[in-house]
Amino acid sequence: MRTCLADAIAPSVWKCARRALARAGVDVRVPRGQTCCGQPAWTAGHPDHARAVARHTLKVFAGTDEVVVPSGSCAAMIVHAYPEMFAGEPEEEAARDLASRTLEFTQFLARHGLDPRPRAAGSVTYHDSCHMLRVLDEKDSPREALANVPGAELVEMERTDQCCGFGGVFSLDFPELSGRLGEEKARAAAATGADELVACDLSCLLHIAGRAHRTGVPVRVRHIAEVLGS
Amino acid sequence: MTRPRRGTSTVAYGDVTGTLRERTVEALRDPTLAANLRTAGESWGEARDHMRSEYGLDDMRARARDIRRGNIRRLPELLTELQSNVRANGGVVVRAADGVEACRYIVGLARERGAHVVAKSKSMATEEIKLNEALQGAGLEVVETDLGEWILQLAGQHPSHIIAPAVHLNRDQVAALFREEAGRDDIPSDREALVAHARMRLREKFAAAEIGISGVNIAVASTGTVCIVENEGNARLVTALPRVHVAVMGMERVVADWDEAAHLLQVLPMAAIGQDAANYVNLITGPRREGEQDGPDEFHLVIVDGGRGALRGTEFEEALSCIRCGACLYSCPMWRTVGGQAYGSPYSGPIGAVITPLLEGPSSPGSRDLPFMSSLCGACHEACPVGIPLHDLLVRARARASSPGTRVAGVAFRGWSLLWRHPITYRLSTAMGRLLLRIRGRDGWVRSLPGPARNWTDQRDIPTRWPPRR
Repeated sequence: MRTCLADAIAPSVWKCARRALARAGVDVRVPRGQTCCGQPAWTAGHPDHARAVARHTLKVFAGTDEVVVPSGSCAAMIVHAYPEMFAGEPEEEAARDLASRTLEFTQFLARHGLDPRPRAAGSVTYHDSCHMLRVLDEKDSPREALANVPGAELVEMERTDQCCGFGGVFSLDFPELSGRLGEEKARAAAATGADELVACDLSCLLHIAGRAHRTGVPVRVRHIAEVLGS
Repeated sequence: MTRPRRGTSTVAYGDVTGTLRERTVEALRDPTLAANLRTAGESWGEARDHMRSEYGLDDMRARARDIRRGNIRRLPELLTELQSNVRANGGVVVRAADGVEACRYIVGLARERGAHVVAKSKSMATEEIKLNEALQGAGLEVVETDLGEWILQLAGQHPSHIIAPAVHLNRDQVAALFREEAGRDDIPSDREALVAHARMRLREKFAAAEIGISGVNIAVASTGTVCIVENEGNARLVTALPRVHVAVMGMERVVADWDEAAHLLQVLPMAAIGQDAANYVNLITGPRREGEQDGPDEFHLVIVDGGRGALRGTEFEEALSCIRCGACLYSCPMWRTVGGQAYGSPYSGPIGAVITPLLEGPSSPGSRDLPFMSSLCGACHEACPVGIPLHDLLVRARARASSPGTRVAGVAFRGWSLLWRHPITYRLSTAMGRLLLRIRGRDGWVRSLPGPARNWTDQRDIPTRWPPRR
């Protein structure tokens, strides 16, 4: 799954994920008709509109083996929220089925013991994005994947498990509060002295990098798929 | 994606004014508040880590959750049992449908007994039903005897935290309030002097009060006992010295028996402030009996529904499991950044954002925006000692919210869903987005966008290429 944000802003994220998977020997298909998991409307409190889009996603990925998503948040949406979203709907079974075979990108690598043979990198610090950490309960897979990068050194930042303040519609409803948290995250990352900030979610990175640029905090960001698949 | 502005509704709660967003901005401008909250949040985090490693707090969670779910499932029968046992112990039980009924009863009782001074120990239920305002409106003097609550009473503020109501203030701010109240400027701002001063002032009030009013942490149905947990000893005085004791509880505070109560009495202080046991655990089973030396002549238990009963059997039922420990507040990055007062409601933080609109109704102007003040990061669920999935409840509460803002957003999302359920219109819109960024970009960054996207570029630049240039 490409994810909508990568389509709109950073196609290199899903392209790098595809390359990393292909190098690890995975037969990757990227269904052309895919759109979005529906999370923006779901978390904004408009479940009917979210369901209409999610229904399309169910159809697009029906009959595939495993679905790999280069986003902890989109993966969590499918794994955690789809069963609730489709409870009592005709697609309930299909939703549960998709949830059971969906994995975030680094989770997929870890589960199958895959080596994407990444290029060398410098020091990195890793931001635990919220849905990755607390909904998928995953903090090890991305760190293991980074440990596998030649030359890469992981420098942990203060409070790496604290939210960056993006939060979907929250970032638009409460921009100042969201911005403050984004700035704190950028400063925590910069304080490590690492060459770049890496995360499994483009949304967090877009917010942190955008806030860092606005406030002059020197942080370079890259999605973990770009570290592993460039 | 388009998004209308939220937070056009204003509230009147104490000295709270403006919209929710405006209040967050105001709080962000206050460096003292930020420092106070940081200190509080850090010490809570350390204490809680200690509880997790030393006492296995996480392992206690599954049982606490089961107990509370069972309590809520059996709520009507447990309340009946509690009621008959309190009466058998010589107490009076009043079931109030809402805060107005509860206040009417308590004010009436105070009048009948000819009371002039009411001493109170800390209680969120009385905060919720606005009991102080009702009593003061009837001409009574109300004295909060919990140190934090007394500080707030002097400051004319409402609690910013469920169990640490004045945690947003520091020693210097407290000393200034005390000096003003006492009309002297020789009260130093060290902890011991402040506590000594408060103790002296409050002792006078304990002796004068004809009625003591407390909350209830846990009510045990099998014996008709109410448990009040505290660290200062003031609740013990409030419930024992005055002739009449009135305990006010939300109807969901009830548990079946002592086995359940014992577990929750451990979990509550651990989750609340990382304390392995509360300094005082007051167990009150009716008024003073023949031959007993201490205790009031009368014990009244006021059980408030206030919208709780209607939540049973709904997708919000688990919110009733809450034991009011406040752990979700300390864990929440939003609460830790702006504090509880910005919420403008008795209950703040994640649990407040869920239950306030449920208790007040989805279109209540004072609370309908609250569920949106969260990034849904899930730290609250992780911290909750009874495992309430607060981040899921927040999403459901958003779906139930009703305001002009949510209706406009509904129209926008309808358009979005029409475009994004078809690949062609989806690709067209993402391509348009990329084109817009390219047109508006300078040196690899977009610094401002018009319309609803302004709320994004108000705070952040957008990179026109990815990974972004520095």
